[in-house]
Amino acid sequence: MDRNDPGRFHFRIHLDLVLLLGLLMVSGMGLIVLYSAGQQNLDLVLAQGVRLGLGFVILLALAQAPPHFFRFWSPWIYLGGILLLLAVLVAGDVSKGAQRWLDLGVIRFQPSEIMKLAAPMMIAWFFANKPLPPKLLHLLGGALITAIPFALIVVQPDLGTALVVGSAGAFALFLAGLSWTILLALAGVLGAVIPLFWTFGMRDYQRQRVLTFLDPESDPLGAGYHIIQSKIAIGSGGVYGKGWLNGTQSHLDFLPEGSTDFIFAAFAEEFGLIGGCLLLVLYFFIIARGLYIAVRAPDTYSRLLAGTLTLIFFIYAFVNAGMVSGLLPVVGLPLPLFSYGGTSMVTIMAGFGMLMSIHSHRRP
Amino acid sequence: MKTWRPLAREPLTREKDDTAESELFFRRALVLLCAVLLGLLAVGGRLVYLQVLNHERFTTLSDGNRVRMQPLPPTRGFIFDRNGVVLADNLASYHLEITREQVPDLDATLTELRQRIELTDLDIERFRRLLQRSPPYAGVPLRFRLTDEEIARLAIDLHRFPGVDIKADLTRRYPLGPRTVHVVGYVGRIDENEMRRIDPGQYRGSTHIGKLGIERSYEEALRGRAGWQQVETNAEGRPLRVLSRTPPTPGQHLHLTLDVRLQMAAEQALEGHNGAIVALDPRNGEILALASRPTYDPNPFVNGIDFASYRALNTSKDRPLFNRALRGVYPPGSTIKPLMALAGLEHGTVNRHSGVHCPGFYRLPGSSHRFRCWRRSGHGSVSMDRAIAQSCDVYFYSLAVNLGIEKFHAFLSQFDLGRPTGIDLPAESSALLPSPEWKRRVHNQPWFAGDTVSFGIGQGYFLTTPLQLAHSTGIIAQKGAHFQPRLLYATEDPGTRVKTPEAPRAQPRVTVRNPQFWDTIKSGMVQVVEGGTASRIRSPQYRIAGKTGTSQVFTLGQSQRYSARSLPKHLHDHALFVAFAPFEEPRIAVAAIVEHGGGGGATAAPIARKVMDAYLLDRYDEAILAEMQAAMRDTRAHGSE
Repeated sequence: MDRNDPGRFHFRIHLDLVLLLGLLMVSGMGLIVLYSAGQQNLDLVLAQGVRLGLGFVILLALAQAPPHFFRFWSPWIYLGGILLLLAVLVAGDVSKGAQRWLDLGVIRFQPSEIMKLAAPMMIAWFFANKPLPPKLLHLLGGALITAIPFALIVVQPDLGTALVVGSAGAFALFLAGLSWTILLALAGVLGAVIPLFWTFGMRDYQRQRVLTFLDPESDPLGAGYHIIQSKIAIGSGGVYGKGWLNGTQSHLDFLPEGSTDFIFAAFAEEFGLIGGCLLLVLYFFIIARGLYIAVRAPDTYSRLLAGTLTLIFFIYAFVNAGMVSGLLPVVGLPLPLFSYGGTSMVTIMAGFGMLMSIHSHRRP
Repeated sequence: MKTWRPLAREPLTREKDDTAESELFFRRALVLLCAVLLGLLAVGGRLVYLQVLNHERFTTLSDGNRVRMQPLPPTRGFIFDRNGVVLADNLASYHLEITREQVPDLDATLTELRQRIELTDLDIERFRRLLQRSPPYAGVPLRFRLTDEEIARLAIDLHRFPGVDIKADLTRRYPLGPRTVHVVGYVGRIDENEMRRIDPGQYRGSTHIGKLGIERSYEEALRGRAGWQQVETNAEGRPLRVLSRTPPTPGQHLHLTLDVRLQMAAEQALEGHNGAIVALDPRNGEILALASRPTYDPNPFVNGIDFASYRALNTSKDRPLFNRALRGVYPPGSTIKPLMALAGLEHGTVNRHSGVHCPGFYRLPGSSHRFRCWRRSGHGSVSMDRAIAQSCDVYFYSLAVNLGIEKFHAFLSQFDLGRPTGIDLPAESSALLPSPEWKRRVHNQPWFAGDTVSFGIGQGYFLTTPLQLAHSTGIIAQKGAHFQPRLLYATEDPGTRVKTPEAPRAQPRVTVRNPQFWDTIKSGMVQVVEGGTASRIRSPQYRIAGKTGTSQVFTLGQSQRYSARSLPKHLHDHALFVAFAPFEEPRIAVAAIVEHGGGGGATAAPIARKVMDAYLLDRYDEAILAEMQAAMRDTRAHGSE
């Protein structure tokens, strides 16, 4: 297939062993923790295992396609994603107060999930032929590519996904060479506008909501309950942890959503500071490898795409761990490769599939 | 797969410098890698803070993680009438509550509980619905208002049911129930729609919300603010001691402008009819009585009325749930004539002395259609005073045609006709003050000259609520001084018992070219009672100014005569009467509407007179005073004062 093929099997099937090792280690740990956090329900672990398997199949499949294949399809996927988001707005199903789902009869899915990949692909495609660092006009184009899906997802409303798509765009622009001057100017403008908006643009109850969002512990029976219980779980774990299957917070049902969004707390309770730091190191390892692949990539499109996808993974890990430990406000993002649930798992694995494709189709 | 090849091989534009770009990218990626490292270090630092520095504190919390948050719902404020009679208070009662996460087998527990106390399928169904949207650590009520006997039966072996508790609570109670429901409204359990609308933090631990009336419009003030406490519990989750406590702020007591004696007198005066009476003080807009009959008891609604009773109320053809005073819309009929006359004076279309000849009918120029006067033989030559006193239709047909609909519309709007008066009750109807623009928009038809003719005597499309009629009559009584009708008299802080009186809500005055115009129409209204269509209610003690009205429910053919005997009751005319008294210094303005009551002078005027007598002469029926005192005794016995 590839003339410069070093001939080793993993390279022939377009896998990057280093990255794969990191992913396998994290997801393996995830399954072990899930068994405990999910009240030792083996079915739960099996279901998650099946999902992981499916994720790896998707990863493997995408890794076979060369990067210019992704490049060719980028605008079409993006356009399709936008149309689907519009369709959700018009005809979507409402669940838990937000309109996110599109029911196509056969399958029900969240088009916003597609955007987590489509937005970085589109920005990379957009800058691929433009001289970098980009001119102001091109920067505005890149910002617009992010802003459209961002706005469509915010109105659903799905704050978590909007955050992922928005930060993907921001990272892509930064990687493309957004100048520091503009960056500082933007920060300055935001710093000036936010207090004005706070004083004149919002009603009292809206301000109250924002305050509760920023400081959930002011509502200890509602938004704050999760955080208070989650901090107790983490803090009581100590340096060495209470040991696998010995976490009381999660087992006595004090920790809400202990196997999904708050699984990090269940993990830190049983495995302590040592376990928590090990996981953070593994995440750093995966991210560093992803950025390495991006830097080694041969063209602008591959570089931008690989870099942005890697940083999306970081956003997931950072926002979730930050939220669960009470460092950041509560935004509904899962812990990647750990949290029980399928939707974002597929997206993340697909992203790594593209990373592997970029790495393995490189001419040395 | 070949198709996309050429595009991918597209040569790079000459401006692109790949080496420089890949160096730029490398620098940027390095910056971001540092950012990633910082972010993960921050999380790591947070873990150190929680797991090393605060480890002991969290271990204590986790070990006895028997620490629970309990909401402390605030006590809802009471509602009083203007003389301090309690219209709504809270009764101490007990309910059965289940905390999901502490119950090992819910179904078994429910079955066992069923053998001890009465639990209907409805109770269970409601409980399960509520359970679904409550967190597992929250107590969900299963049965309300347990009897003493049931409490005794449960208490014997309550320890066998972890997670099941008997909880004290307060049940909203309306001592005068049906008498005041159309004003006070009621509270009920929070439903799914309200769930989305409210701020959950504020309703933590509260199960009820104002649904109607004052309970709804002053929900915020009545509710107060929720508090919460941290309690330590034993292994089964039973509270052992309170660790910290933020007390709730109780809701404000509300004092209404309503005089409940007058309210009952008004309702009694309507005995045997469906209808409404609104009485207010024209000097400040305070509502004294707002009665709608028939009425219903709000108390069963508080904890959920049973389906059969609700259906009976909802399908009754008398529509007891319907608040006629606020939402009933009726053609004002002749009661609008004084305002029509005032509009004519203001625009110079007529003057006090100009006369019109009434042959018993009116014909538009060039048309053969006859608009009849209520008196078939005609009134002969009529001036303004006599036109109001005798309610001559032809005079007002002619006035309406000469002045034109647009000017009427603008003039009458100043009296809040066709728009909400702004009373502090929810869901007030704006009724309808028609205009050519409205007719085009809604009916897609032009405004015909004949529409103006019927408009002149308050018929046709013109609709008003009893509240609007009392309100506009009050403005006449005060010669243009305009106060928004209101029910809130004062708020009282339950802790300090300090009352804050509510100020009258003055609106821009209605002004006319010549203030004597007011005297002209007022003198016409006095003659209605002293020699006109309502002579029978003339009172020796004080002077009444009023106007009768009879509004058609049913349009007669050109040659037909209205005959109450030959028509079914639901097609009988509505009887209306508006009045203010005493004439010299008005203290009360009244509008009375009797559905299908026939003539305004015969049916509605005596009813309005009873209300004015009660208020001005302080003359109340023994039965009313006895009922009020019984309610007050009952309230004191339960210690709500």
